[in-house]
Amino acid sequence: MSLTQPAVLSPALSRNAPGLDMVASLRRVWGLMYRHLTLFRRSWPRLLDLAYWPVLQMVIWGFTSRFFAARLGNHGAVTIGMLLGGVLLWETALRSHLGFAVTFMEEIWSRNLGHIFVSPLRPWELLMALLGMSVVRMLLGVVPAMVLAFLIYHFNILSVGPVVVLFALNLMMMGWWIALGCISLILSQGGGAESLVWSMLIGLAPLACVYYPVSVLPHWLQMVALALPAAHVFEGLRAAIGSGVILWGHLAWAAALNLVWLTAAMLLFMQQFYAARRNGALMNIGE
Amino acid sequence: MFPQFGRMQAIVVEALTKRYRAALAVDGISFSVGTGETVGLLGGNGAGKTTTIAMLLGLLVPTSGQIHLLGHDMSRDRFAALARVNFSSPYVALPHRLTVAENLRVYCHLYNVRQVDRRIAELADELDLHDFLHRPAGQLSAGQKTRVALAKSLINRPELLLLDEPTASLDPDTGDIVRTWLERYRAESGCSILLASHNMDEVSRLCGTVLMMKQGRIVDRGTPGELLARYNRDDLEDVFLDIARARTAPVEYGDTEVQAALEEP
Repeated sequence: MSLTQPAVLSPALSRNAPGLDMVASLRRVWGLMYRHLTLFRRSWPRLLDLAYWPVLQMVIWGFTSRFFAARLGNHGAVTIGMLLGGVLLWETALRSHLGFAVTFMEEIWSRNLGHIFVSPLRPWELLMALLGMSVVRMLLGVVPAMVLAFLIYHFNILSVGPVVVLFALNLMMMGWWIALGCISLILSQGGGAESLVWSMLIGLAPLACVYYPVSVLPHWLQMVALALPAAHVFEGLRAAIGSGVILWGHLAWAAALNLVWLTAAMLLFMQQFYAARRNGALMNIGE
Repeated sequence: MFPQFGRMQAIVVEALTKRYRAALAVDGISFSVGTGETVGLLGGNGAGKTTTIAMLLGLLVPTSGQIHLLGHDMSRDRFAALARVNFSSPYVALPHRLTVAENLRVYCHLYNVRQVDRRIAELADELDLHDFLHRPAGQLSAGQKTRVALAKSLINRPELLLLDEPTASLDPDTGDIVRTWLERYRAESGCSILLASHNMDEVSRLCGTVLMMKQGRIVDRGTPGELLARYNRDDLEDVFLDIARARTAPVEYGDTEVQAALEEP
């Protein structure tokens, strides 16, 4: 068949009927994910890089918690659980955040945005692809650390119970809306804002109360911390490990806060995306 | 919507303006491109060619004015238009670490092209990509990259092709191959092409109509022959220089062509 045959005559192409729009959307999401997954398939250093930091954190905090546990006697196992559970769940948030934002930045670095944004890819499909890659990157980073925690320290985060999935989901959502905020900043301020991606969530760690209860903070700072879903999740994690109690109130707060923050971040992204189309930033972003 | 243009006009642009704070990049231009027609946008650096193409593709929101591509209003229905349009520019890269085949596969998905392997094989045959189909895009020569960029721009068999300096940085031989290929593609597919270029020979050879841009405005337009006659020149390059250096007072071109099309019953 000739390359130049009109499209309507080609079996290799088809225009979608309206009912098939969702299939076309899923294909576009997959197309963008395939582009990034292909890079991982070809480059073992990229794969290693994903797992390197979570595993390193796990090793350091594992031995640290063992040291403290030896001095705490009967409470040792609980201490190890709280610290290692904190490490694993915090890495879940961090890897989700970086997975989302770095995938977008890779499009900037490869100067590919000009092709992507003139294709029929909708902004929400771009976000779905970033979200999918965020989950893949998070799993590739956190699962090796989970396995290591089990093998070296005999700590199984899943032993906390099914509620750990809800903890992780909330932290992933927090990673996504912070990443969306970072991407919005890049669209608004250009490549100069890229460095914030690496430090944004780490900078919130003191307020997330990963390794200590919220009550340790000064009263005024407690209010700020409790505006973050992570503070509620880690309060819940400590209660679940320490006393086997599930604090549904904290989980509900975390989910509600995530919904509010995620909605705000999406509105900000849409606004900045439109602004970037208006001021020409999509044509020269990264320069 | 202009339903009559869905059949007759691939591009209708009316009073298109782009202003960046104090700078006026595109100043109220109007033009149309008929189905199967190749139109050249000619002008010096900063004339507004790339800005115009970016607005046509929805990458840039106009300050004012209207754009219809293949009958779709770009302010309301741009994704429907973009599925039927494609674009190529040497200044926009494909991911360097992906092979040519992987890059084409990505764009098959983005443009919802079915039978992906078959489509890639067709493009590889037509554009002679087989020797480097499985080589990373970043390792290709400029000529090979141009062929890959063309393959990407044809992935969805576009009804409208927007080309921004498609042969920039190519040697004369490769440039000629690309031009020959574009001529053939247009003749066989009936595709409409809008071509922004600095290359006068390219514009003379490929374009039925030339739009001369300067400082964001269309200062003249016509077939290459009409422009040569109007400026009493033998070479389009001399016409370009006349306009760029204002050696001949340009004729300010109005919107009559578009108005006539709009008023058509």
